[in-house]
Amino acid sequence: MSAEKAIEAIQLTKRFGDFTAVNQVSFEIPRGEIFGLLGPNGAGKTTTIRMLCGILEPTAGEARVMGYDVAKHAEEVKQRIGYMSQKFSLYDDLTVYENLGFYANLYGVPREKLKPRLAELIAMAGLRGHEKQLTRDLSGAWRQRLALACAIVHEPPMLFLDEPTAGVDPVSRREFWEMIYQLAGQGVSVLATTHYMDEAEFCNVIGMMYRSRLIALSDPDSLREGVIGVLFEVDCQEPGRAELVLKDLPLVQDVAAHGVLLHVQVASEKQRAELEQTLQSNGIVVERIERILPSLEDIFVSLVDHENRQHKRADKD
Amino acid sequence: MRQGFRRMATIVRKEWLHIIRDPRTLALVIVFPVMMLVLLGYAVANDVEDIPLAVADLSKTDASRLLVDKLTVSGFFMVTHSAQSEDQILEMLDAGTIKAGLYIPEGFGREVTTGGTGVVQFYIDGSNPTIAQTAQLAVETVSQSTSQEILVQRLERSGAGMTIHLPVDARVRYLYNPNLRKMNFLIPGLVAVILQVQTLLLTAFAIVREREQGTLEQLIVTPVRSWELMLGKILPYILVAFINVAMTVAVGAIWFGVEIAGSIALLAALSLIFLLGSLGLGVLISNVSRTQMQAMYMASFIMMPSFLLAGLLYPRENMPWVAYYAGYLLPVTYFLEIVRGIILKGAGFFTLWNWIWPMAVFSVVVFFASVFMFRKRL
Ligand SMILES: Nc1ncnc2c1ncn2[C@@H]1O[C@H](COP(=O)(O)OP(=O)(O)OP(=O)(O)O)[C@@H](O)[C@H]1O
Ligand SMILES: [Mg+2]
Repeated sequence: MSAEKAIEAIQLTKRFGDFTAVNQVSFEIPRGEIFGLLGPNGAGKTTTIRMLCGILEPTAGEARVMGYDVAKHAEEVKQRIGYMSQKFSLYDDLTVYENLGFYANLYGVPREKLKPRLAELIAMAGLRGHEKQLTRDLSGAWRQRLALACAIVHEPPMLFLDEPTAGVDPVSRREFWEMIYQLAGQGVSVLATTHYMDEAEFCNVIGMMYRSRLIALSDPDSLREGVIGVLFEVDCQEPGRAELVLKDLPLVQDVAAHGVLLHVQVASEKQRAELEQTLQSNGIVVERIERILPSLEDIFVSLVDHENRQHKRADKD
Repeated sequence: MRQGFRRMATIVRKEWLHIIRDPRTLALVIVFPVMMLVLLGYAVANDVEDIPLAVADLSKTDASRLLVDKLTVSGFFMVTHSAQSEDQILEMLDAGTIKAGLYIPEGFGREVTTGGTGVVQFYIDGSNPTIAQTAQLAVETVSQSTSQEILVQRLERSGAGMTIHLPVDARVRYLYNPNLRKMNFLIPGLVAVILQVQTLLLTAFAIVREREQGTLEQLIVTPVRSWELMLGKILPYILVAFINVAMTVAVGAIWFGVEIAGSIALLAALSLIFLLGSLGLGVLISNVSRTQMQAMYMASFIMMPSFLLAGLLYPRENMPWVAYYAGYLLPVTYFLEIVRGIILKGAGFFTLWNWIWPMAVFSVVVFFASVFMFRKRL
């Protein structure tokens, strides 16, 4: 059963003293998927990745990566994963080629395949002509691509990327994700963390972490449809007054102005008519009411609200 | 196994690139020990001789001239000034133009020739205890031997032609360091201590730097094993440390004239054993340090006692017993005896065995402990 899974985490927990950085996180990722782990600073994303890579020992719970237990078979796991750490840790005083060669030799890439493999990676990372350049002189985006090349030098079937696009311009970010897509197309499973919600759109599966817990796990479309009720975009005259009217309505969960349009959140599709009636009975001309999909950012914020409310309730009890 | 060797060689190559890509640090690493040797060599080992002396000889007799002659001939004093009174001597001492003064009163010669005791006053600047002690010792010795000579002359004159011999004559001959030069005592010790400092700092920094940069985390996820990583990191520094040994010993011999009496091969082999343990200590330090700053402080916990307790400056035999036994806990103590033994006495392997085996045990234990404790986890 585990053969088809790239990652299985069961109640994975890490404590540093009294502080719990990762709290009973469980999930399963099928092979060949791109899994995006989202969450604010300090949510526990890096700590989760470090446990999965065998850098940190879990305090409790267990995890299997490519079918191998990370605590018991760390060496097996290491042969099968590539890891790009949060800081693009490269040797600044080594050249592009030396950095790549260093990891290729450590991973035991066969000597006869070494040259073609490095040439291939340099082409992929768009670093041709810069082989002899010292890494410290590379720009952010190039460092990032070199770090990726180093991480996949041994053609691992599983790739961990910890904030791979931090501090990189939008165009290079997009190019980077194209590379990740290509790898995924070759059957590589990917786990990537990010702060950028728009990048989550590149993922097949999304996990949201908040305060050391995994608070959502789903594909982006189900997240959009299932998690918060229904979102309507309302185009009407006098949007200012309309906002006030709708705010007082019990069936409305949330109203937000987006330019001249209003985003209104309600529990179900059926309440569209009620919205329209209420506005018209208040003398507001409605041009159009249309159901829209919430952005992942909307979802994340509402999930966090929900989580915080539960926390408060729990504290009161 | 072959893969393991390849990984280790990869680490060695990378570490070597770090070393040569940073020529400024490399220059420091190579030059620093020699600089320390020269500096400390001059600072600590200036043997006390030619202490500037002012003489106020109011007696102006054969006896007084004999005393002054004997003081200068001893080599410890050099008469740089002559004075007319005690006050003048005191003024010069105050001004620091002399370190010692001799006042011979008018009646000195008469007292001596008539069989009495001639009293002279000797002043010593006590602000530098080393100079003061040397001066005191020298004056006592010289005045005793002068007294003897005068006594013998007196007896011979009264005893009408018979020759007098002193009943006891103890002759002392110093072995190994015939001129009792402190330099000879110090230089071999410095070689040992400098090595300790170098290796400790270099390895600790080399590993902690990777932790700081985050590259250690990247290394941990590769299949490289702890001992491969450790050896790979240490080997280049063994070479650097060896260059250091060679240069300090050479400077000691050429500049300070402390030649190697024993076998250079033995010295090299035993240095290697010492280095292994010392580098291992560096790794242990890097295990418990998160930053290079912390590593620096940790290292000084080992370095300071090395300077004080190992017997570099003062013979351990004169230390209070706590310090004396604490010295046995430091590997550099053993190595220091070994280096002194080889350089000064030309001692061989078996003579030094009592110092070699504890050092070897220490090195092996520390080295393997450091490999095991070198956690590949963060
Ligand atoms: N070695 C450690 N010792 C103590 N606390 C730690 C350690 N490593 C991480 N933490 C704490 O655990 C929490 C989670 O850290 P983690 O790095 O996993 O968060 P993250 O989600 O990756 O955040 P970011 O987006 O900032 O990278 C943080 O509060 C952090 O301070
Ligand atoms: Mg992180």
